[in-house]
Amino acid sequence: MSILLDKKTRVVVQGITGSEGSFHTQQMVEYGTNVVAGVTPGKGGTKFNKIPIYNTVADAVKHQKVTASAIFVPPPFAADAILEAANAGIKLIVCITEGIPAKDMVAVYNVIKNLDVRLIGPNCPGIISPGKAKIGIMPGFIHRKGKVGVVSRSGTLTYEAVKQLSDLKIGQSTCVGIGGDPVIGSQFIDIIKLFNEDPNTDGIVMIGEIGGSAEEEVAAYIKKHVKKPVVGFIAGQTAPPGRRMGHAGAIISGGKGTASEKMKAMKKAGIHVVESPAAIGITMKEALSKVKSR
Amino acid sequence: MKIHEYQAKEILRKYNVAVPEGRVAFSVDEAVEAAKSIKGSVKVVKAQIHAGGRGKGGGVKVAKGIPEVRKFAEQILGMNLVTHQTGPEGKIVKRLLIEQGVNIDRELYVGITLDRAQSKNVVMASTEGGVEIEKVAAEKPELILKETVDPAVGLQPYQARKLAFGLGLEGDQFKNAVKFFMSLYKAYEASDASIAEINPLVVTKEGEVIALDAKMNFDDNALYRHKDIVAYRDLDEEEPLEIEASKYNLNYIKLDGNVGCMVNGAGLAMATMDIIKLAGGEPANFLDVGGGANKETVANGFKIILSDPNVKAILINIFGGIVRCDRVAQGVIDAVNEIGVEVPIVVRLEGTNAEEAGVLLKKSKLDFEVATTLEEAAQKVTAVLKR
Repeated sequence: MSILLDKKTRVVVQGITGSEGSFHTQQMVEYGTNVVAGVTPGKGGTKFNKIPIYNTVADAVKHQKVTASAIFVPPPFAADAILEAANAGIKLIVCITEGIPAKDMVAVYNVIKNLDVRLIGPNCPGIISPGKAKIGIMPGFIHRKGKVGVVSRSGTLTYEAVKQLSDLKIGQSTCVGIGGDPVIGSQFIDIIKLFNEDPNTDGIVMIGEIGGSAEEEVAAYIKKHVKKPVVGFIAGQTAPPGRRMGHAGAIISGGKGTASEKMKAMKKAGIHVVESPAAIGITMKEALSKVKSR
Repeated sequence: MKIHEYQAKEILRKYNVAVPEGRVAFSVDEAVEAAKSIKGSVKVVKAQIHAGGRGKGGGVKVAKGIPEVRKFAEQILGMNLVTHQTGPEGKIVKRLLIEQGVNIDRELYVGITLDRAQSKNVVMASTEGGVEIEKVAAEKPELILKETVDPAVGLQPYQARKLAFGLGLEGDQFKNAVKFFMSLYKAYEASDASIAEINPLVVTKEGEVIALDAKMNFDDNALYRHKDIVAYRDLDEEEPLEIEASKYNLNYIKLDGNVGCMVNGAGLAMATMDIIKLAGGEPANFLDVGGGANKETVANGFKIILSDPNVKAILINIFGGIVRCDRVAQGVIDAVNEIGVEVPIVVRLEGTNAEEAGVLLKKSKLDFEVATTLEEAAQKVTAVLKR
């Protein structure tokens, strides 16, 4: 029914005593996430709302059998936090932090790609498996349990798409925000492979944006391997070239990474590409009903 | 963040990257003084603006002697320089770089940037210097040599040698090119640059390898650890409204359209611009008010959007997750009451406390066009534009 995350996932929150970390830990626990530990260097031995805090991630793993990490530490320390989690043996790391220098992420990415670790983000809303658990900052109540997977480079635009789906009574298996930075741990292709292999995901929504070529790369994969209906949208059709549109990775540089280029590649791959972000839900509904009537 | 050519060359000099002797000048007299202090009879007078293509636009002149330096400085300082990167409105030249003339043998290209597909930096070199590298990449990609850098060890000498051999360099030119590439990579890495581009990179008959031009952009996320680079910021190169917005931590980009928009989240902000276009308007701006949208941010956002005289309507699109819609609605109402907005406003608030927000908007008796869905918001934008 879901990928990456469910009720059994044992989560440690890195930066649990910070303002972001403490607020979202409460939200995650209320949603049903199994938060078993927190880490704040120097505050080991204390507790946050009954959750034990450790000085190091290694201690949290040793005592609480942690399997996933949620990172809320500030940008200058986030790269270090990712490496700490990876080296403590955690297999799923979700980094919410926005504003990590690209140089730091280049170093981190090239270390962890050789380890058996999946990193989601940074600069992302996180992961939610509706009705089960969430690691991240998305509002839980807009989601609905079901069989459509959502993967996106954005935050609030993902919520918009999810709301459209839920309003049409189309539930979600898992929603993954992969992040808006130029260097991220998991690309569209990594998540779409998982959705494609998940027997309980019937359709996939992918929300890209200008900058980079991740959408083109996954389009080639989808054309070859994915039989499930895929609905796609690219934000930034009206964005001017050479300007960073909020996200560090959302920039058209040297004429590359335009929305029209991406939409063309996606259409060619058989993806249902919508021009209007208001049509994501309804297009998925139509695509799913066509599959059923086949 | 962008900086001027002369500033990029100051940084490069610190890392022992060879650049021509040069000085910045803010007036004609300073230009003449600078020229006198630089050795050699030939000097180059270069307009300093944040855009490429300055030579073609008449912003770069070679002067034979001091009287010509004065003449060209008078011509270029204060001119409205139009290049393919400035747009038709051009940019006023307020700074000059006065440099020694260089005895050019060949013009080459070298650039370093992040290859997002590999998540590694890549050094690109080409024999096709002095032309746009994008054009070379599109037409003759085989003429661009690439070396991907392992971040654990940085650019290695063998890679620099490969590039230098690939460019057909020999003797002193070869040795100096290897040194140049190694130093340039150090400068790029140490300053958290997002691009370091030397075009043209010239080799001289004397065997020197010199950065004739230099472009460096920097990763905004890393500026917190580079106070010296932040000091290079030139407010004359920025849109006044964007400077104003940055004071309030608003992420604002001015565009040329007629419908202003205020949104939370960068992706949704881009999508909202797209929907304005589909609704028959043109976006007047990108504005992400961020996760902490409150009364003050909304009011400041309004003021900035309305400072643009082209704005004929405003679309507010907030998806409340952590942000509560009723608080945003109150902010909108207060701001409209305080500032007195004349143009029609379409408000779409969805998510946490959206219903309470709708009640507040209705009760205010102000003239809002309230929409529930994104689709409805688009239709209302179309309708108000037809008024």
